[in-house]
Amino acid sequence: MGGLAQIGFAAPWLLWALVVLPVLWLLLRAVPPAPLRRRFPGVVLLLGLKDDDSVTDKTPWWLILLRMLAAAAVIVGLAGPMLNPDTDEQARSSPLLLLLDGGWAGARDRDARIELADRLLADADRDGRTAALLILTDPQPPVFQPAGDLRQQLAGVQPVPWAPRETTVAKALDALRRIEGGFDTVWMSDGLDFAGHDQLVADLAQRGRVQVFEDGRGAVALLPPTYEDGQIVLTATRSRADSGLSLDLRAHGRDPAGAERVLATLPLRIEAGATSGEARLSLPAELRARVNRFDIAGQRSAGAVAISDDSLRRREVALITGRDDREGLELLSPLHYLQQALEPSADLLHGALTDILPANPDVIVLADVAGLPAAEEQALRDWVEAGGLLLRFAGPQLAASDLSRREEHPLMPVRLRSGGRTVGGAMSWGEPKTLAPFAESSPFYGLQIPEDVTVSSQVMAQPDPSLADRVIAELSDGTPLVTAKPLGQGRVVLFHVSANAEWSTLPLSGLFVRMLDRLAVSSVTGQPEVGDLAGSVWQPLRVLDGFGRLQDAGNLAGVAGEDLVAAPLGPDLRPGLYEGETRRLARNVMRPDSMLIAANWPASVSVAGLERPEQVPLAGYLLALAVLILLADVIAALALSGRLSLRSRPAALGLVLGLASLFPYQARAEDDDFALNATSELVLAYVITGNRKVDDVSRAGLIGLSDTLFFRTSVEPALPVGVDLERDELAFFPLLYWPITEDQPIPSVEAYDRLNRYLRTGGMILFDTRDADIAGFGAASPNGRKLRQLAEPLAIPPLESLPGDHVLTRTFYLLQDFPGRFAGRDVWVEAAPPGAEKIEGMPFRNLNDGVTPVVIGGNDWAAAWATDDQGNSLYPVGRGFSGERQRELAYRFGVNLVMHVLTGNYKSDQVHVPALLDRLGQ
Amino acid sequence: MTPSPPLRARAEEQAALLPPLLARAEHLAGNMLLGEHGRRRSGMGDDFWQYRPLQPGDTRRMIDWRRSARGDTQYVREREWQIAQSVMLWVDQAASMRYASNKDLPEKADRARLLALAVAILLVRGGERVGLTGTLLPPRRGNNQVLRLAELFSHDDAADYGVPEARAMIPQARAVFLSDFMGDIDAVREVLTKAADRGVRGILLQILDPSEEAFPFQGRTIFESVGGTVSHETLKAGELRDRYLKRLERRKAALADLCAVTGWQFHTHHTSDSAQVALLWLWQALNRGTA
Repeated sequence: MGGLAQIGFAAPWLLWALVVLPVLWLLLRAVPPAPLRRRFPGVVLLLGLKDDDSVTDKTPWWLILLRMLAAAAVIVGLAGPMLNPDTDEQARSSPLLLLLDGGWAGARDRDARIELADRLLADADRDGRTAALLILTDPQPPVFQPAGDLRQQLAGVQPVPWAPRETTVAKALDALRRIEGGFDTVWMSDGLDFAGHDQLVADLAQRGRVQVFEDGRGAVALLPPTYEDGQIVLTATRSRADSGLSLDLRAHGRDPAGAERVLATLPLRIEAGATSGEARLSLPAELRARVNRFDIAGQRSAGAVAISDDSLRRREVALITGRDDREGLELLSPLHYLQQALEPSADLLHGALTDILPANPDVIVLADVAGLPAAEEQALRDWVEAGGLLLRFAGPQLAASDLSRREEHPLMPVRLRSGGRTVGGAMSWGEPKTLAPFAESSPFYGLQIPEDVTVSSQVMAQPDPSLADRVIAELSDGTPLVTAKPLGQGRVVLFHVSANAEWSTLPLSGLFVRMLDRLAVSSVTGQPEVGDLAGSVWQPLRVLDGFGRLQDAGNLAGVAGEDLVAAPLGPDLRPGLYEGETRRLARNVMRPDSMLIAANWPASVSVAGLERPEQVPLAGYLLALAVLILLADVIAALALSGRLSLRSRPAALGLVLGLASLFPYQARAEDDDFALNATSELVLAYVITGNRKVDDVSRAGLIGLSDTLFFRTSVEPALPVGVDLERDELAFFPLLYWPITEDQPIPSVEAYDRLNRYLRTGGMILFDTRDADIAGFGAASPNGRKLRQLAEPLAIPPLESLPGDHVLTRTFYLLQDFPGRFAGRDVWVEAAPPGAEKIEGMPFRNLNDGVTPVVIGGNDWAAAWATDDQGNSLYPVGRGFSGERQRELAYRFGVNLVMHVLTGNYKSDQVHVPALLDRLGQ
Repeated sequence: MTPSPPLRARAEEQAALLPPLLARAEHLAGNMLLGEHGRRRSGMGDDFWQYRPLQPGDTRRMIDWRRSARGDTQYVREREWQIAQSVMLWVDQAASMRYASNKDLPEKADRARLLALAVAILLVRGGERVGLTGTLLPPRRGNNQVLRLAELFSHDDAADYGVPEARAMIPQARAVFLSDFMGDIDAVREVLTKAADRGVRGILLQILDPSEEAFPFQGRTIFESVGGTVSHETLKAGELRDRYLKRLERRKAALADLCAVTGWQFHTHHTSDSAQVALLWLWQALNRGTA
């Protein structure tokens, strides 16, 4: 993997030109840079001056070196250098056998594999070789044909979700032996060992050269999930135990909306040197029940997918007993043995039936419950008909009741004879009965019956035409032990013995648990044994393809239970999810005890990775390098001959550096200046609308108002400032004048946040639509509509037209009109609280509220206030003297407004002065 | 598109050059007079020469309001100097003067003509006779003379380096030579000696481009005179700088010495400096000569 070894040349003879370089050195050295002609009147003073040294008339050595480098780069570039050249082995003429494993382990790199094979076939085609294809998972007798024809078949080769089996490998060996003559082999291996592997290698090596391509990363697979201590245990295994490997596992399932998605992800680490790693996933039962498969992210193969079946599902079983709990006699409790049997494999629910039914358990066990209230019975019946499994046990109470005596009760599978019977007891004849072998139609078929299971008491079924169909287990004397009947989509099952050990030893035996399993009362944990599934037929629901994609099984044939567990995967048994009578079972590519074993190759076989490095032509880079060097040479030559203006460079450089470094500081300094300017004096502010004319008027207006305040009141504002809502902090300003223009942009969300904060903390905005409010407040003028848009996100309280006794009418001047350039009618302010009452003898209502956060009008106040630098009014108001009066009133409104903002309801409080004085005894 | 511009068009072009030069010179001179006229000297009745009616070209400041108020005509009061002076100008028109190192700077010739014309205007206003050295334009007084000077100043000389004209010098007259004095210094020496012999005193104003003072050149360079007759090749221009500057210094020293011997005045002006400064110096130097 040396660097230089991977460079080849398209035209190596051109490299001889490098010999000329020393000559070039001499040539370049002799020629000094071209002189610059310069007009200069002072030349007469130069006449006769000699140059100090003669060395400089030679080109400096580094410049020559630079030029030599450029020349060398051009020469080497033209010679066509290539990285990773196709220095493939000499052309061979023998036929080529393309051997593919074709298993799931190759799915991840299938495209790379096929591409490589395609390239090799293309090469073979160029050499005129014939080629044949042999896939180990599906061996067909190889037929040698022109390699070009074979390339077309290649695209159709898909990995299968199983590995080469002994039988197929034997078939392949057989087919190979029948080929006459020698051939070379290209083996696209999946990297996994399989039965007959070594034999195959040996056979092929005898016939010709064998070249193996395999993915150096090795295969990674996921073992079927198991359930342990409330956690799902996921184990990943790999074929090569080299460096540490981090994987991401994903749990797929349906979300509540029914869409397929990733429900959980968890990391899994395989330590360096280990072949497997384990991760534990703890999921809520609800979520866990929805998981349908796990996979390894980024590993596109069937082996990296583990389908989960019912074994992850914990069934919810509700246990209900009719008998009152007798303290201290737990072993006699009808539920004790059920609890013991089910606890490891199911979630148990206790409680009253009415409480449990809404939780929709999978199974409800009624142990010795006779009668139920009618409402409960109906609800229970509905639940069964909707698919529930009702499991009843007999007992003294049931035997004593009249339940299902005359006619069959809907919630009982059979009619019962009264009393039941006892055999083998102290007061009866006969021996306790044993169980008869299960019939083939029974769900219990195949279960081993321990000899020590005896039944001493039972309730007896009334002989009935339908009885024979409903018996699924019977005693040796032919009396029913377990009966069942379908009801709606659900089932009702009755054990004719009690759930405790009083009537039989059945609850004490392992058979009891297995019977419950068969009835799908308990959830299955772990993989079933061959014996458990003997005789059952499982229908594929969804199957995996080689890439690990789940596909609908379509009309694939059913699989025998024992095959499902034990047989190797193949076309007849695909990995996937299978459905039996009561449960679903998953068959995964990997078994719980599977190991991945890397294929072992003899030393005589050459093994290569799938990635053949791309052939990279380097000529372009070298020629570009030459151009760059020549550019540098131009600059250097210019600098040497004094043609490069040295004066301008530092200046430009300094400018660039200066600009770059100044910007951030400048911005920060600007912010500080803004804050200092706004806070060191009282400052009135206006909103910059972006319309230059309006902004100028606003500014001039606030200058005029500021001057008026300065002259007449103790408020002495500094020059007003414009506020950019998007950028500037508003908290510094007591009053914000906001003229509305049609085209101003709506502020951003952040700006509105700032505005609302400003209003909440006591700021005031004076909205001015500047349209004389022609169409009534906000209704139809363009500015009115814009105002609505602008004010919508603002936290503005309810408004009212400024009432006659509002504090604005008397904060400084006594006013009733609020004209600006226009003498519009209404000015709107925050509405007074509804309960405000006028106090007897007082001219004003008692309005002790705060400052109104907004004042809205359309009188174009800024234009009335506006003055130029000399204090002359900028815009005419009205006509003649009355106009000047109106302007004066506009100023007074402005003064009142600022006073209102600054003093709040102070003037309103003065209402109380007479009362206070009165109380003080004046 | 005729191959060469017609005579008329060229004449127009030449004529178009005059007003700007004249106007700029007038402007420069006007600024000058502002300072001189502020002082009214009393008791100079014997300096009075005549009242003459206001003519186009006279500024309003020149009007004698006391005389004019007596009638409808506006008069200008002209004074007779004790000895009517003749001032002869020589402006180097050679190619070496048509040089500016930077396009923001005026050519040396441009600056020289401007200064010469401005001095001429000032002198004409002061009643002096102004002319060129040599026989081309003998000193005369009157505004027409300024126009003629302006016209003659717009002709370029083909020679590479100018040689001062010393023929037909009027004895006891004054002379102003404006040049870069890069040419043969012997010619200057000869002329000044000749002038001193005739009792002519005057001013040498050396006008230099800043680059001629700084010599900011690097690298292999062939220096050529503007006319192209002289050239010098160097491989490292930067190395020559000190020696060049030393030579320039020596040249200036030689000129200054020459002036000191002959009673002339010498000054160096750079085109990067304001013309006003040079004009002020010129005017004061001329006044010094008369006083």
